[in-house]
Amino acid sequence: MSNKDAYWNKTKNHMIVTLVLWAFFSLVIFMFGSELNTMSFLGYPLAYYMTAQGSLLAFVIILFWTANKQEKIDEEHGFSEREDD
Amino acid sequence: MFKGDFIQNLPKIYGTYTGGFLVFIILMALAEQAGVSAKNIGVMFVAFTVLIYALIGYLSRTIQVDAYYVAGRQVPTVFNGMATAADWMSGASFVALAGGVYFGGYTYMAFLVGWTGGYVLVATLMAPYLRKFGCYTVPDFIGTRYGGNLVRACSVFVLFIASFTYVTAQINATGTIASRALGIPFEAGVWVGLISILICSMLGGMRAVTWTQVAQYIVLIIAYLIPVFWISNNVGGGIFPHLMLGDEVARLGELEQQFGLVKNSAADMKAAGVPGGLKYISGSHSGVPEGGMAVWKYLSLAICMMVGTASLPHILMRYFTTPTVRAARKSVAWSLFFIFLLYSSAPMLATLSKLALMDPNLPTGIIGKSISEVQSIEWVQRWSEVKQVFIADFNGDGILQLNEWFMRGDVVVLATPEVAGLPFVISGLVFAGGMAAAMSTADGLVLAISNALSHDIYYKIINPKAETAKRLLVARTLLVIIGAAGAYIASFRLTSILGSVAWAFDFAMSGLFFPLVLGVWWKRATREGAIAGIMAGIISGTVYLTWVFPKFSVPIWGGVNTPFLGIDHLRFGLIGAPICLVVMVVVSLMTKEPSPATQKLVDDTRIPTGKAILGKQH
Repeated sequence: MSNKDAYWNKTKNHMIVTLVLWAFFSLVIFMFGSELNTMSFLGYPLAYYMTAQGSLLAFVIILFWTANKQEKIDEEHGFSEREDD
Repeated sequence: MFKGDFIQNLPKIYGTYTGGFLVFIILMALAEQAGVSAKNIGVMFVAFTVLIYALIGYLSRTIQVDAYYVAGRQVPTVFNGMATAADWMSGASFVALAGGVYFGGYTYMAFLVGWTGGYVLVATLMAPYLRKFGCYTVPDFIGTRYGGNLVRACSVFVLFIASFTYVTAQINATGTIASRALGIPFEAGVWVGLISILICSMLGGMRAVTWTQVAQYIVLIIAYLIPVFWISNNVGGGIFPHLMLGDEVARLGELEQQFGLVKNSAADMKAAGVPGGLKYISGSHSGVPEGGMAVWKYLSLAICMMVGTASLPHILMRYFTTPTVRAARKSVAWSLFFIFLLYSSAPMLATLSKLALMDPNLPTGIIGKSISEVQSIEWVQRWSEVKQVFIADFNGDGILQLNEWFMRGDVVVLATPEVAGLPFVISGLVFAGGMAAAMSTADGLVLAISNALSHDIYYKIINPKAETAKRLLVARTLLVIIGAAGAYIASFRLTSILGSVAWAFDFAMSGLFFPLVLGVWWKRATREGAIAGIMAGIISGTVYLTWVFPKFSVPIWGGVNTPFLGIDHLRFGLIGAPICLVVMVVVSLMTKEPSPATQKLVDDTRIPTGKAILGKQH
């Protein structure tokens, strides 16, 4: 397998992992909204907290994490850009 | 000033600008103390900020093609994040989001998840690859990847429908805010708004829009956050509302029980003469509605908004302006961070505002008090005069019940500072913020449409030999025409006919999402597949919209139809996008595999390093 193919396989897997996390915070937890709302976080009902703030924050964290991880994959395969100017 | 070391000086320039704006707010507060009227403070806020944007727009003028289309691809990561956040957050989200949460509670907040979660799709599936491709516009990618003028024209068609639906609503919002702040009629406000928008974008294209959007972001976020924190402190919500409103949310639950969530009949509301567009609270703030259909309604709305976000050209094109592929990825993360600052504050503002009105123990509470007492409150009188709030005593007991208090959603943002006893300078600041939000989104949209028409239709299809000067002249002329057309439609207030901004997301996802994703992720996707997919998606989506939306279905289909599987007019992308996918895959597999040259082009798109597919000037 060429370096390019190996790179693309890793990138693809990374994309799938990111989208699984995304689906968890955007869809899966809201399938159980009424169950979650019986629990509480910071004094808020949990499902309310997630839709008002929690999932939004999770997306921000996922995005920074995924960008850093992808940069590492770039580096490993020698595809990182020289400068960020 | 805008040459050479301008980019290195950006933090200093915008730091000074932010400091200057804060000084201006303090000056206005002093002016208020000195007795300057509330109206004049509003005028000064809007005039001062718009003049600054116009100055930035003028200083960013350019005669370079790549500066006009992609800001010379030198916008640093964090600044592009701010510009995208301003591009994204419209006048509607600034003034209406908190109102939506106020009335809709948990169910409405599917929009919050949808309008943020979409950025994960942008970052993983699209932005870095489109940046590597080096295109000027979204149709430029589709046209080059699939090859041919027809597929290019089809994608311009979808872009036009989606963005134009959105832009009239934005110009409408600009007009509303300008007319309220400056005290001029709505029609005049629309044209004032349009001129401000054009000054910011015409001379410098994407470069000017970028630097004004950064300035607009700073104004809008200050204007949103200061009142939220201040109100929270004034009504005892704690110094950091985002983390400290748990008790308030619980208290709202108790009050809902106490007052009862009553649904008014349409006949009662009509008889009482409730003005159109005003709403009352009938759903729970934090409670999750029971049942599978309610869950599906929430999820389907979130899906449409997320997938639509990842297909909207005016957002995707912001990531063409970063220096590198890596910067494009990080920039998406920063965009969402800056959006998060406002979006996570909207529910807090809604909670505070709802509590201020509902809690009888607070001096600001009105529900449960006698109607004559409420009607004598100054802000209630002022907003009643302009038909933004309304009281209907359905049960005739002279006491204001929860279902008897009607209000327009915008009032939550525009009047809460006043209700909570903040000085007027804050209301002036909120006007400036709303204006910034509406202008920045309108700028981005008008530019997205006119760039697609000038680059993809005029230069790539009609006149490929056109010289730079002529191309930019055409681009600017189209910008003025599109803006004027949007303002013309907005000035007739036809936007209620054009429907909701959510439609823009559904149009975009029906026709653009899968052609963009498969263009990068599936080498086997062919030109014929893309053409068939785009057209099948947009046509089926639009036909379904006419079938399900009563205003269209009555004249066209002769009656009101029940939505299929709960897919109503806000969610019609759920019909268009899957059809687009299926048609595109089937037709692609039936047609000849793309040429080795095209496959190599896709391979190159997937790797961050190496030359862009399309040259710097093309």
